[in-house]
Amino acid sequence: MKKLINSPDHVLDDALVGVAAAHPSLRVNTSDRYIARAGGPTPGKVGLVSGGGSGHEPLHGGFVGHGMLDAACPGEVFTSPVPDQILAATRAVDGGAGVLHIVKNYTGDVLNFQMAAELAADDGMRVEGVVVNDDVAVENSTWTAGRRGTGATVFVEKIAGAAAELGADLGTAAALGQEVNDRSRSFGVALTPCTVPASGKPGFELGEDEVELGVGIHGEPGRARARLASAREIVGVALDAIHTDMPLSGGVLVMVNGLGGTPLIELYVVYAAVAEWLAGHGVWITRNLVGNYVTSLEMAGCTITVCLLTPQLTHLWDAPVVTPALRWGR
Amino acid sequence: MDASMFRAWIHEAARSVTENADHLTRLDSAVGDADHGINMRRGLQAAVAMLDETDPSTPGAVLATVGRALISKTGGASGPLYGTGFRQAARTLGEDHDVSAAQLGAALAAALTGIQRIGAALEGDKTLIDALSPAVTAYQAVIDTGGDLTKATRAASDAAVWGLKQTAGMQARKGRASYLGARTIGHEDPGAASTVLILAALATVSSAGERRAEDHQ
Repeated sequence: MKKLINSPDHVLDDALVGVAAAHPSLRVNTSDRYIARAGGPTPGKVGLVSGGGSGHEPLHGGFVGHGMLDAACPGEVFTSPVPDQILAATRAVDGGAGVLHIVKNYTGDVLNFQMAAELAADDGMRVEGVVVNDDVAVENSTWTAGRRGTGATVFVEKIAGAAAELGADLGTAAALGQEVNDRSRSFGVALTPCTVPASGKPGFELGEDEVELGVGIHGEPGRARARLASAREIVGVALDAIHTDMPLSGGVLVMVNGLGGTPLIELYVVYAAVAEWLAGHGVWITRNLVGNYVTSLEMAGCTITVCLLTPQLTHLWDAPVVTPALRWGR
Repeated sequence: MDASMFRAWIHEAARSVTENADHLTRLDSAVGDADHGINMRRGLQAAVAMLDETDPSTPGAVLATVGRALISKTGGASGPLYGTGFRQAARTLGEDHDVSAAQLGAALAAALTGIQRIGAALEGDKTLIDALSPAVTAYQAVIDTGGDLTKATRAASDAAVWGLKQTAGMQARKGRASYLGARTIGHEDPGAASTVLILAALATVSSAGERRAEDHQ
């Protein structure tokens, strides 16, 4: 393992010190382990808390700020946060209007946020949750844990965050987050595995000429192996899967997201193929993100996320946002 | 069995999981995200530290402390699942200072029920339930036929090993491994493997306790 770390056991703590030093707009609580807006809770505004395993930066800490999250709880690398830290973050951002938990559908994240929400309710706080489950690579049935939450998390955090900033109440913010989730789908492709510092070995193996289709963002293997193909062909597989699950039409928001080890030039090659595929199906892109937003350490590959926009969702997407990783309009 | 034996159990479980952390992580990298050994080691070491710090005086208080430590330090799904299991077991033991083999059996059954409730997993889903459930049944069978604690914990530990081996033939339907579908077949479940270590630790301290009791006679 070749990484810029001090010790495998201190990666998260050391990174949090760095986050605090780099971003004066954030307040980093290193003992309870959460990242919050430096200004504290906004009175009367719904607080937004998200969290999950570390290693997906800028998710979630990079999205804390005006117009998006109020706090993020980073767990150990690829490991969900624990209820104590979620509860501490929830308490820290409660401005009296309740708190919305945005949770990716992974068993550990869901269980820990559930326990934290129960503890918060015991303390008299109002908490609602949106569980993001946009990954079409997973066949959803009563026999599985359900679809994973991946790229759509950024959309949910941005749009629910904008609504909360504009004064939406807890129920409305939660409903909007749910609507964004329901209108979004993702598909991921890995070209290489990644190495969790504490384990020191790649999470899975991929041959030189192989890709993993439908990979999840925690470095866990996807649903099938395939031969490496052109970007255009891989994009075709991804968008066919998304389109089969949720027919695409009208104006859409697209994110081509790097998993940490793919250069931007390749992401633009992918974006070109996405735009071409969509145009061929009578769908147009009205908003987009191309870059590293939900990474998996140094994994090479990308996820493609599409959201069917409405005028209201477009308006909220365009609303000002000022966070370390997403910033416009203000 | 008093609080000191339960503490010895957790110390032994933490030692064993620490020693086998790499093995658990290897199992998890085949079907999950390669952190089970690391998480369980962190959680159980935190449990030992919390026991040393708070020195609970009853078996129930020991297990409640362990449950709290696992929930607040383990992370992942294992924290809430094992943490709930230990807390439910603690509830069953109440405030007794000395618990019987039958009471421990009821506590193990309560742990199983609690874990099933929050994890919503059934036998055959390729989870820790596939090790814990046969262990609870085997334990109870020994007690029902007049066996003692050592025999019961040994039977539970053996049944858990049997259950773990069965998981290799199963397709995961819960947790992160479920995303791999048929590709999980052929791999033992890491959660079932950590359950085996925890129950083997119980059997080890039970038989050591019995040997000590014989020495006194």
